[in-house]
Amino acid sequence: MEGFLNRYRSITVLLLVIFAQLILVAVGAKTKQDVRLIRVWSVSAVSPVARLLEGARGGGIGFLRRYVMLHDAENENRRLRDENGKLKLDNIFLKNELGRADRARALELFQTKTASKAVAATIIMMGAGSNSMEVFVDRGTTSGIMRGMAVVTPDGIVGIVRAAYPTASEVLLVTDPDFAAGVISQKTQARGTLKGEGTTICKVDYVPTEDKVEVGDWFFTSGDDRVFPSGFPVGIVKSVRASQPFQEIAVEPVGLKRGLEDVLILTEAVHQDIPTAPMGNQPIYIAPPPPLSGGPLTEVPTGTGTEADKLRSIYKSVGESQSFTYGGDPGGRTPDFTKMPVGANGQVTGATKPAPPPAPGASPTLGTPGQASPNPATPPVSTNPQPPTVRRSNQSAGAPGGPGGPPHQ
Amino acid sequence: MSYSNSRILLSSQREGQVSRFRAWVIAVVPLLAILFQVYVPLFFQFLSILELPLLVVMYFAIMRRNQIGALLLGAVVGLAQDSLSKNPLGIFGIVNTLVGYFAASVGMRLDVDQGVIRMLLSFFFYLFHQLMRWVLVRALLGQELAFEVQKTLILALLNAVVGVSLFHFLDKLRERS
Repeated sequence: MEGFLNRYRSITVLLLVIFAQLILVAVGAKTKQDVRLIRVWSVSAVSPVARLLEGARGGGIGFLRRYVMLHDAENENRRLRDENGKLKLDNIFLKNELGRADRARALELFQTKTASKAVAATIIMMGAGSNSMEVFVDRGTTSGIMRGMAVVTPDGIVGIVRAAYPTASEVLLVTDPDFAAGVISQKTQARGTLKGEGTTICKVDYVPTEDKVEVGDWFFTSGDDRVFPSGFPVGIVKSVRASQPFQEIAVEPVGLKRGLEDVLILTEAVHQDIPTAPMGNQPIYIAPPPPLSGGPLTEVPTGTGTEADKLRSIYKSVGESQSFTYGGDPGGRTPDFTKMPVGANGQVTGATKPAPPPAPGASPTLGTPGQASPNPATPPVSTNPQPPTVRRSNQSAGAPGGPGGPPHQ
Repeated sequence: MSYSNSRILLSSQREGQVSRFRAWVIAVVPLLAILFQVYVPLFFQFLSILELPLLVVMYFAIMRRNQIGALLLGAVVGLAQDSLSKNPLGIFGIVNTLVGYFAASVGMRLDVDQGVIRMLLSFFFYLFHQLMRWVLVRALLGQELAFEVQKTLILALLNAVVGVSLFHFLDKLRERS
């Protein structure tokens, strides 16, 4: 017997190892809960390194590049070129920092606007295996994360916490074939089940043929699954095919549309209403919070929508104050745009509100929304103190519910 | 350090020279391969096609020519991959165990220092890995897993090309005799 085992030692060990793993698979498949210790070990071994890498990515690479550039500065031309490159890198770095700060701000804004309690998390790595549809975030059980919690962004739902470990959590994305969530259409209240397909497009199943669903309709979480609270944007219908007994509806998930880096994990989910206003595909501007010491409301420009809309209304008001008709005689006189209507605090006022003539001595500057108020006691309500990149990100982070606020409330 | 000749098949196991590695190399390189697989595709999505853990298991198997060591390394790496995926523990584990065992067996018979041999082995073991995974997921879990032959062949070729370069780099970590 011993001679037999010695002779076939390799194959014996192979069979034993395979058999042990078959038992692991069987236990995992049957109970849906395998040997957790092995997973904890693996995640605990890999996630700190991934975390370190993620932390070093921004600062470390930027520092290294700048260091190399300084050493290359041997003559004047190269020095200038390098300086230019350094400035560009700094610019990219600062833009990245602004983007990061803005994402954090967008998440913070979203957290204040939704009744649900959430924990912000950063994605640190993907699941193993090619075409993986799960990711790992840097928050685990020590941060209060538990299996089954919903993961969202201000744009929409992202996935569900599949497993929580001390230092990290595994999130199953909405695109994974194992993912499912109860959804409801905004227009017709048709209920269905969102399912991942393993691609960038998901499907909504179990919507009866008699329920009307059209391309471009929005789906929201219905709250039926007891994971996602109702009222969170899910996706936009891309195609609808009539079939029996249920329609074949393809939906583009909006939560993953702009890529993933930072997410919110809902630790205490609260249902919210599904917005009744039509959803726009264009990102909507999120107004900054109202000032603490409120300025006169007459200072608020009533031009809604984008910066271009506001600017247009300002120019319109200038024309109206000078009795100029836009679209009239092309060869006729033009309005004097140096005489912009200026408010009490020296800012250009909104268009539809009749503006007083410029005060004597007041600077007739064109007040962009980014200008600071010269009067610190009355901060401008209309201004957005962020640079354009931040504004753009905020717009993109904003829920597409219209200027009145995001639909999550 | 090159001891390869023009022959592909070795006439006996003694003819093949066993490569030795330091313990930290065997521990750190697979960990880095797994880390690469889970972290780098966050920024370069196309790199998710690389199965570095498989290539690393295969490399150590063919170079060390130790079947038991290879299958155990394959099992550990596979289980780590399972832990970082939604699979039940054991799917990647079984596949990598088999890859380790068979690669070590093949390594005893072939001159694995030749680039062509390495490339062919990488190509076939990638195919074997994907096929076995597909079979196991279907048979043991009853799940549908797409298996596109054409795509898999192309990915196998890409992994084989990367594998040859990776093996060349890993050769430098061998202990000098």
